[in-house]
Amino acid sequence: MEHEAVHGLEALAPIVATPVAYLRWIPLLPLLGALWNAAIGKRLQARLGRAPIHLVAIGVMTAAFAIALVAFAAMLRLEPEARFLEDSVWTAAVAGPLRIDLGFALDPLGITMVLVVTGIGTLIHVFSTGYMHEEPAYWRYFAYLNLFAAAMLTLVMADNLALVFFGWEGVGLASYLLIGFWWRDRDKASAGMKAFVVNRIGDFGFLAGLLLLFWLLAGAWGTGTVPGAAGPTLNWRELRDQIAIPGTGVAEHLQAVRLLGLPALGLAGMLLFVGAMGKSAQLPLHVWLPDAMAGPTPVSALIHAATMVTAGVYLVARLDFVYALSPTAMGWVALVGGLTACFAATIGFVQTDIKKVLAYSTVSQLGFMFVGVGVGAFWAGAYHLVTHAFFKAALFLGSGSVIMACHHEQDMRRMGGLGKSMPLTRWTYLVATWAIAGFPVASGFYSKDEILWKAFTARHLELLGVPVPWLGPALWAAGLVAATGTSFYMFRSYYMTFTGSYRGASGGHGHGDAHGQGHHAPEESPLSMTAVLVALAAGAVLASFLGLPAVWTGHEPLLERWLAPSLTAGHAVPFTEFPHALEIAFQGLGVLAATVGWLGARALYAEGRSHAPEALKARFAGVWAFVNQAWRVDALYDRVVVRPAVALARFLSRFDGAVIDGAVNAAGAIGRFLGWLDAAIDTHLVDGLVDGVATVTRRAGAQLRRLQTGRIQTYLYGALGGALLVVLLDFLVP
Amino acid sequence: MISLVHFLVVGGLLFTLGLVTVATRRNAVGVLMGVELILNGANVNFVAFGRYGAAATTGQVFALFVILLAAAEAAVGLAIVLAIFQTARTIDVRQADLLRE
Repeated sequence: MEHEAVHGLEALAPIVATPVAYLRWIPLLPLLGALWNAAIGKRLQARLGRAPIHLVAIGVMTAAFAIALVAFAAMLRLEPEARFLEDSVWTAAVAGPLRIDLGFALDPLGITMVLVVTGIGTLIHVFSTGYMHEEPAYWRYFAYLNLFAAAMLTLVMADNLALVFFGWEGVGLASYLLIGFWWRDRDKASAGMKAFVVNRIGDFGFLAGLLLLFWLLAGAWGTGTVPGAAGPTLNWRELRDQIAIPGTGVAEHLQAVRLLGLPALGLAGMLLFVGAMGKSAQLPLHVWLPDAMAGPTPVSALIHAATMVTAGVYLVARLDFVYALSPTAMGWVALVGGLTACFAATIGFVQTDIKKVLAYSTVSQLGFMFVGVGVGAFWAGAYHLVTHAFFKAALFLGSGSVIMACHHEQDMRRMGGLGKSMPLTRWTYLVATWAIAGFPVASGFYSKDEILWKAFTARHLELLGVPVPWLGPALWAAGLVAATGTSFYMFRSYYMTFTGSYRGASGGHGHGDAHGQGHHAPEESPLSMTAVLVALAAGAVLASFLGLPAVWTGHEPLLERWLAPSLTAGHAVPFTEFPHALEIAFQGLGVLAATVGWLGARALYAEGRSHAPEALKARFAGVWAFVNQAWRVDALYDRVVVRPAVALARFLSRFDGAVIDGAVNAAGAIGRFLGWLDAAIDTHLVDGLVDGVATVTRRAGAQLRRLQTGRIQTYLYGALGGALLVVLLDFLVP
Repeated sequence: MISLVHFLVVGGLLFTLGLVTVATRRNAVGVLMGVELILNGANVNFVAFGRYGAAATTGQVFALFVILLAAAEAAVGLAIVLAIFQTARTIDVRQADLLRE
């Protein structure tokens, strides 16, 4: 291992990118599929039924998968260090010397993610055709699903961090749309909103971290004191070239800057990780993921287990060159991951909703991944990401199959005994449970034990600038506890669902007659679903070969070698060396932990015989309720965040109603008064004047007309009077 | 010795009598006669100024013109009176008020 590290350091050179023009089609095709179904899917479905909808949706996903395979093959033909494909579509923005492209790039880490997203994504699209069979808004579902795939692929393949953020927001949107897919149900709609809002908090951290990192780098780019700094860029390949290659001086510059008494780089890493915490549901931003189970089950499998939630892990692995420079950031990532892994595992113990169990299990497994990337075993984190994608997708789709068979019943207490009627679902679920619990042969063992071993050997972590050599072993211990828990609650869900006797409303009065044959005992799901389950379960086992440990085979695991050109920083992480025997002993401990969990679950839940669970629940009712309500984190949020926010909103609303509206109304009233006054002046004064003139004239005329007597002598009197007047005036006026 | 003032007084009296006649008579013919008095009052003045003033014969010539003009005026006036009479069957000027408002 040490030898490898030295080798890796020496070989580090700028990445040579090979331009290929087809990369853009990988995210673009699902986007086109989404637009197609969104635009005319409704009419197509009304005219031609569901087939054209899912043919388009699955077609674009398959095509994207095929193109990804082509890219993979192209990459295999290149030298390991030169495995970098690039496709710049156009320049999106230019700000001074900074240029941001709409460009896509693939390196070994990227293609691994792309294959997972498109591969498992395609399978889940196929599964959805069965699961969403009766959905009226079939077209909308597939449009959203394709939109998600497009956003996720943009996030993974973006060649610069601005575009990564774009995809990051895109998957958040798709997730929101799909969680609230049945938006007529108020709870589901608000679950979608919750996910969106919590993610927004994380996104703020991401953006702040990104800007801080950029600001830090600007210190290197702008001053001219760092000769190796090539110039402003957000392209992560160029960033990696500048930061990771020794001798440029950028890394030293980054490490030297301090902010608020902390290493500024650590702060940037921690902030970026806040984004990852939001997206990957880590403490304390995990609250949205269990609620996200309100969405259709295939969505839970694809977005909230296999792909989107791993975006945070991907981000940390992608920025490995940043994290490797900052033990503070690494310690933070690993600590949050370890805490989350333990915390979520305990909640899994007492959940009765099968999807909730899987949701908390996902949170817990994501914690494991963060322990991996946090301690610097970037490839191990990525490996757990891949294996988890397989077995968790299999578990979720298995649960979807079960839920459908039980007429949309998700409570495990009303299941049981399904193993007999649903053999394929049962066996695939068991294999996936095996994998997640960490038994050898199935893949979870290899990835989890690699993470735990690396955690144990990590002595370089720091928290807020303070070295904490004990953190690594502590994380190992926590991980072991969490692994025991994982094994326990997963086998618990297996036993409660598939063994014993059926406790549901079989043959009784279900809900409505809409389901036709659905009232009878649960039956195996259609081929479109079971075939996918088998494929995923097979993947969960076969993924083992990617990561057979070095102590078994004598050479580094396949996936580690494959990812090495991407995760160059991993070589620089100073893990402590221990003898191989100890590593094998630790693997034994891992298996022991899984066995303990399994046996515990078997004793308590197998065949539904034991009454101990009920007794324990009654005995520790308080604790049970506390844990069942997820440690009341939601209640805490409700009290600390939601209620003050609502109160503030109410206050502002009242302020708005009383003060602002009052002011506006007052202004209106004044205006009205002025208008009234003006009108009064107009009618009374101006009109009065005009009318007055007219009236006076008329009245004067009425009076004066009497002078016109028609008598000649009257006129004569007038003339005489006038003459007299003139004479008099002549005398009076000098 | 009769002086200019005597003549002017006679002229003034004639004018005044004529004016009063015109102003008060209800008979249209009487009114016309009042007009004659006024004109003749003026004639007395013309002749008197011609005798005593510097104008010599001019005053007498003007008096002749006035007599001529009075004759023409009386002719026109009597024609109007006749027309009124034919219309209103009266020559009372107070009844002839068709031009009133």
